[in-house]
Parts: sequence; C-alpha cells; structure tokens
Amino acid sequence: MSDARGPEAGSLLKVRSLTKYFGTFAACNGIDLSIGPGEIHALLGENGAGKSTLVKMLFGVLQPSEGRIFWDGRPVSIASPGEARTLGIGMVFQHFSLFEALTVAENIALSLDPKIPLARIATEAESLSKAYGLPLDPYAHVADLSVGERQRIEIVRALLQNPKLIILDEPTSVLTPQEADKLFETLFKLKAEGRSVLYISHRLEEVQRICDRATVLRHGKVTGDCDPRQETPASLARMMVGSDVAGVQRDATTDLGPALVEVRALSVAARTPFAVPLRDIALDVRAGEVLAIAGVAGNGQGELFDALSGEYPVGDDEAIRLCGKAVGRTGINGRRLLGAGFVPEERHGHAAVSDMTLSDNLLLSRSQSDRGSFLAGGLLSVIRHDAIRATARRICAAMDVRKSGEDPAAGSLSGGNLQKFIIGRELDRKPAVLVVNQPTWGVDAGAASRIRQALIDLARAGSAVIVISQDLDEIFEVATNIAVISEGRLSKPYPAGDLTLERIGLLMGGIHDSTAHSGTNAGGAHAH
Amino acid sequence: MRIELQRRPASSGLFSLVSPLLALALTLIFGAIMFQMLGKDPGHALYSFFVEPLLEVWSLHELAIKAGPLILIAVGLSVCYRSNNWNIGAEGQFTIGAITGSILPILVPQWHSVMVLPLMLLMGAAGGALFAAIPALLKTRFNTNEILVSLMLVYIAQLFLDWLVRGPWRDPKGFNFPQSISFAPEAVLPPLLDSGRAHASILFALLAAVLVWFMMRFMLKGFEVTVLGRSERAGRFAGFSARRMVWFSMMLSGAFAGLAGISEVSGSIGHLQPSISPGYGFTAIIVAFLGRLNPVGAIASGFVLALTYLGGEAAQLSIGVSDKVTRVFQGLLLFFVLSCDTLILYRVRIIFGSGRAREAKS
Repeated sequence: MSDARGPEAGSLLKVRSLTKYFGTFAACNGIDLSIGPGEIHALLGENGAGKSTLVKMLFGVLQPSEGRIFWDGRPVSIASPGEARTLGIGMVFQHFSLFEALTVAENIALSLDPKIPLARIATEAESLSKAYGLPLDPYAHVADLSVGERQRIEIVRALLQNPKLIILDEPTSVLTPQEADKLFETLFKLKAEGRSVLYISHRLEEVQRICDRATVLRHGKVTGDCDPRQETPASLARMMVGSDVAGVQRDATTDLGPALVEVRALSVAARTPFAVPLRDIALDVRAGEVLAIAGVAGNGQGELFDALSGEYPVGDDEAIRLCGKAVGRTGINGRRLLGAGFVPEERHGHAAVSDMTLSDNLLLSRSQSDRGSFLAGGLLSVIRHDAIRATARRICAAMDVRKSGEDPAAGSLSGGNLQKFIIGRELDRKPAVLVVNQPTWGVDAGAASRIRQALIDLARAGSAVIVISQDLDEIFEVATNIAVISEGRLSKPYPAGDLTLERIGLLMGGIHDSTAHSGTNAGGAHAH
Repeated sequence: MRIELQRRPASSGLFSLVSPLLALALTLIFGAIMFQMLGKDPGHALYSFFVEPLLEVWSLHELAIKAGPLILIAVGLSVCYRSNNWNIGAEGQFTIGAITGSILPILVPQWHSVMVLPLMLLMGAAGGALFAAIPALLKTRFNTNEILVSLMLVYIAQLFLDWLVRGPWRDPKGFNFPQSISFAPEAVLPPLLDSGRAHASILFALLAAVLVWFMMRFMLKGFEVTVLGRSERAGRFAGFSARRMVWFSMMLSGAFAGLAGISEVSGSIGHLQPSISPGYGFTAIIVAFLGRLNPVGAIASGFVLALTYLGGEAAQLSIGVSDKVTRVFQGLLLFFVLSCDTLILYRVRIIFGSGRAREAKS
C-alpha cells in the first residue's frame, strides 16, 4: 500500500455521482465533488439542499445508496466515523457533542483510544491549541466555557487525529465577529500545512473571504462549482436558491407610537445550574419599532424570551408591561389575549410538535386567543378542526409554506418552511407585540428574507417587534434600534444607524455599556 | 449481512393496525412452541386456551366480568401514558377503591337505600383517585419518579386490605375467615342478564372508553394530554401546565381503577377478602398498549387479555398445565406488542454485503 496518487487524482477527496435515498426521496442526487490538498472548499446550500447528508456520507455516519468516494485516488467505503478518522478525515459538528460536566481534556479523551493517559492528552491538546491560535485550558469544565471555546475543543479534538481533511459544519453561526476572525486565522494555518478544509456555510461573505473553491447544492444536486472570489454574493445566492433573493425593504423613517412593551428592573435567578440569570433588564419597544437584541448564544436570550413570553412568569408584576398592563405574573395565554405573539427559538418540541399536523400546531399557540372561532361547546372545549384547518391553509398561502399534502406533520417540513408557518401563525393574528427568538436560525436564504420582510411589515403596520438574534446581518436588516445582551445584562438600545459591526462585536464580547461608551461613541449624542 | 432499522418519514398507518395483530400471531406461535415443549398437543392446547371459553354462555359472562375492570383501568392508563405519566400502580388504586367503596356496606350495613350503590361507586372512584394523588403529589413537589412510587404503593394497598379483613373489618360471624361481612343486596351490582353473572362493570368500561375517546379525539383537554405527552416545552408554550397534567392524568386513571375495584367487589365477590384481583391493574398495562393507547382500542384488547385469564383456568382443567401459563401468555403478548410497534416508526432492511465494499478492499 503506497500512497502514490494516480495521475488523474490530483485531488485528496473525490466524489463521483454520490446518491443517497431516504425511501424514494433523493437527499443527494449524483453529487460530484473534488477537494484538492491545501484547499479550503466551501459547501453552500439552503436548508434541505443535502449538505448534511453529503457530509454524513463522507464521515461514515450514513452509507451512500449509489456512487463512489475516492480518497487519495483510491476508491474507499467509509463504514463508520472511526474509519473516516483512520483515513484522515476530521469533523466539527454544528451542534457540539460535549459533556458539560466534564473537563476539556476528559471530553477529548472520550473520542480517543482509551489507553492514552489523560495527562498526555491534556498536554498535547494544550500545545496543539496554542500552535493553532485556539487557546484552551484543558482542565476547565465545559460548562464554564463560551460557545466559541467549546467549538475550539471540537476543533482541537479533530486536529489531534492529525487529519488531512477537516469538515466544519456552520462553524461561525455561533461566534462573534472577532471569534470568527480568529477561526479564519486557524483555517489559514491549516491550509498552509497542506491540510484541506471542507467548509459548510450559509454566509456568502465568509465563503468569499476564505474559500478557494465552492460547490453549491440545491435540492440534492450540484448547481454550481466555482471560485467564490470570482462571484458576487448575488450570483452565489442565485445558485443556492435558484432565483434572485429579494432584498428586504423598509422605510427610512417610521413614526413611532406609544411604548407597547416596557420592561423595568427585570431580574430572574437561574432556574438550572447551566442557565444564565437575567440582571436588571430594562427596555422599551414602541409601536412601529423593531428592537433587535444581539448577542452570542447562551448569554440569556432564552431566559429573556421565557420571561417576556410568560412561559416562566416573574415574581414582580410591574417588571413587564404589555400594552400598558402589568403582566409580570401573567401566563403566556394571558399575554396573548392582550395581543402579544411569541416565536421561540427551537422549532421542534417548543414552537411546534414535530409529529403533530400543521393544524394541530396552529391550535397549539392559539387555543385561547382564538377560543371563539377554534373551540365550540362551551366548557367542553370541542375543537373545530374545520375552522382551524381553514386558518392553517390561509397561513400557508400567506407565507408561501411549501408542504406535501393538505395537512402534513410539522416534522415533515423543511426548517425554513416550518419557520415560515410558525411565524405566519402569529402574524395571522396581527399581534400588537411580537417577540421572536432567532427568527431565521438554520433557515434558507429565501425563507429568511421573507420572514424578515414580514417582521418589518408588521412593525410598519404599528406593532412593536422584538427580535432576538445572533445573526448580525439580520439585525442590521430589520432593526430600528439595537441592544446587546451579554451575561444576562442588556445594553441600552442604540439606533441601528449609529452602530457598526465592530462596536456590536465589542458589546457582544462582554464589554458593557459603561466601558464601551468612552471608547466608541459613534452616535456622538453624548456631551463630554 | 446486517439488519438496518430505517426511520420512516411518517409513522405507518398500515402497521399501526397490523402490528397488534402481528403481535397476537407471534404470541400464538410461541405459545404453540411452549406447549410442544411441555409435551402437550399445541393445536389442542391452543384450542382449549383460546377457543373453548368462547363456546359457552356462562363462559362469555365470565369473559365480560374479566374484561370490565381490564378495559376500565386501561382507558385511564391510556390517558396517563399518552401524557407521559407512568402510573404503574393501578393495582393499588383498584385495591384502595375497593376498600373505600366498601365503607358503606361494611360499616353502615343497616342503611338500606337506593343511594347506597351510587355512593359506593363514587367513593370507590374517589378513593382510587386520592391514592393515585400520592405519586402525583410527590412527583410535582419533589420530582420523584411516579413509576417507582405508584408501584410501591401497590404493596402498601394490598397489605392494608389484608390487615383490614383480618382485623377491624373481619366478619365476627365469619368463623375467623379473613373476610368482611357480605354486602346487603342493595350494595351489590345486579347481573345484567338472567343467563349469567356479568354485571354493570362492563357497561362502565364501555361508557368510559367512549367518553374518554371523545375527549382525546375532539376536546381541547385531549389535545392538551397529547401535546404535553409529546413535548412538555411545547405544552408550556401552549399555556398548558405539565404539573396540572400530572394531577389530572394520575387521578383520572386512579379514579377508573378505583371504580373498577369497587365494581369487582360489589358485583363479583360480594365482600372484601385478602385477594380481590388476579392482577387486573398490571394486566391493564398490557391492555392499554395492545390497544395502542386508544380508549376504543382498549375495548378489543381488554377482551383478548380477559380471554387469557379464562384460557388459563380452562387449560388447568382440560390439559393440566399450570395457570401460570396465563402470565406467560400475557408477558409474551406485551413483549411482542412493544417490539412490533418498532415497525410503525421504522422500516427493517436486510443488507447483504455490498459490492462496493468488496471492491474497495480488493
């Protein structure tokens, strides 16, 4: 077994007409892909385009139905992640597989040969992490680490196997701009050593910035194979979605009405050991305003949403006022009756029940607010399925929800379509107040632009909208005002026009108002 | 070669109907093998176990008597299990229901009124519900595991009954037998037909099944049960309380078990004694699952499991095997029901060594 490459195989990894069927559905359909040594190769595509299926086949998690994989010019079959690692393929997943209660070194040890002593792993991991500019304390507990640091563990864990190809799935979706820059430096180091990187992303700017080649997938097929630097974001997006993505439109000036959401001195203790306590949060959102709350995941966004939605009411009734009424101790349906609507971050098992139909999922959030039309029989509360199905149809039409069948299970929809339905479910009520957590998380570009437009239109029609998001592009697209949440504290709001990406990045990185003011005062509104 | 379970895109409607039948067929096949190994003729044994009890009128009455409590309890359990609360202690709630329902006929036997029977049934249901409220309280307050708590309470209930009928409630004129005084006629559930012993408990069961089916299918409460059972977080988002659902589902199933208990004592036995149930509360768990946690499905599966009781009794006489065979059949059935349910969500694929793999190794 020599590692001499055949003349036709100038590539490290080559994939020929790879196909994967789930039932009769082809998630990947005749994919061709070739990654050269020392190349950063982007894999672009909407949700449901087949990116993760392809990657899972490359990493041995799934077996292809048809087609071949060549590694170093030789045909291989990758039956398990273990075999993939032996070949020299490392993978960093989007959702980390780490045990929070264990230390960094222990987590790394779990994926390695059990005979290697922990101390050796710790020193190796530490030196490796330093060499690649990913500083890590091997004895820190994962629970105490930020998302960016957790990702470093995954990367170091992959690097310890000395891979020739590293697959990164949406690595920057959880990072601050500064953290992302650091990650890119690491990737360039890897590239300089002749290692290849397969980089999966939605973010066109990033792909253009760091990738040498890009393969674009759409509906399981390759729709583009290009040098991203030769393309424009618009042309890349076209390959991804098949049509031009509509830019979001908003008026330059909107007259703001009275404050519909008023939060004062909202403090909530952590419910679980891994939760973030909210500290003295204050915010106002007026009619016609979109307040965007930026921040890196795990800084109290979920907790803030729970408090605002009333899923976990707070002790102080006056801490939260909706439409002028104190509602701190009111539950979620009481707040809905006042005209508020809520869209949580997690689609499956929170905003919707995956194996229930769309119409049942409509009833989920509107059983009380639409009691009059959805329920009959007084106290018996008999469900009027016909009325609910008609409303579900209306929502699907309004939001262009693509589905198979009349009333399919929520879980059978792609992420983007389900999210359109979940947002449409609230918009259909014309809520006076809408609170949305991560409106376009994991949603394809077409659906994302539609959702953002809908949020802006809602505010323009006179509602108060709160958008909690990690996606800064999204925030700048929709926000009237921007506040940043970090470690459970909320900064004061800034007009969207007064903030730069760098400034937000600093706020997100935990530099709070008091220190941030003096350094960067873009608005110039403060007299010194 | 390997066997692969492939998740179906949606649960298979065909297999949700076929799977219980397949489980029944597999149970019969393995039952036949068991009889063969015991040295009995499998055909004859299965015939006397599962067919003979259906051929005589008195035996059909017994079937209804056995099916009544099984269905009634299983209907309550199906709500409980759908809401993701695991009440395993229906046997205990059955026992307590029998005790609280017997308070009137035993402690005030001199009170003769048409109100006695309805009050007994009500008190039985209340007793079962309150006994099931213990695991609910402990779960909601201290986050205890309701499976363990409700199961352990079964033994407490049984020993309490044992103590009662040997001690304070023992019939003074009963020759020291451990049993209470016999119920007065107006405290006894009358037979439905002149042809046999079957009494109103089967009617309660059918009524309960239909009412609960209506609730689960058409009412917001049923929707609440399903949502909270699938995802507590989504339930909270809908404004439903998982905590209240623990109380509701445990007490509902407890009330049905208690009603089954007092109906059995009042209709079939006529007094309290140390043993009042051949394990109805446990067998009803199988009934609930065989009925796909659907109250109407529980009617059909209740009769099937009732038949295993009768068959066991019949088989003792006609082919001379132990009545433990009943337990074996029930165990086999539960095992196959749960394993066949895999087919609803998964497709089984047998993959023979693929050409691609061989090629790569060469």
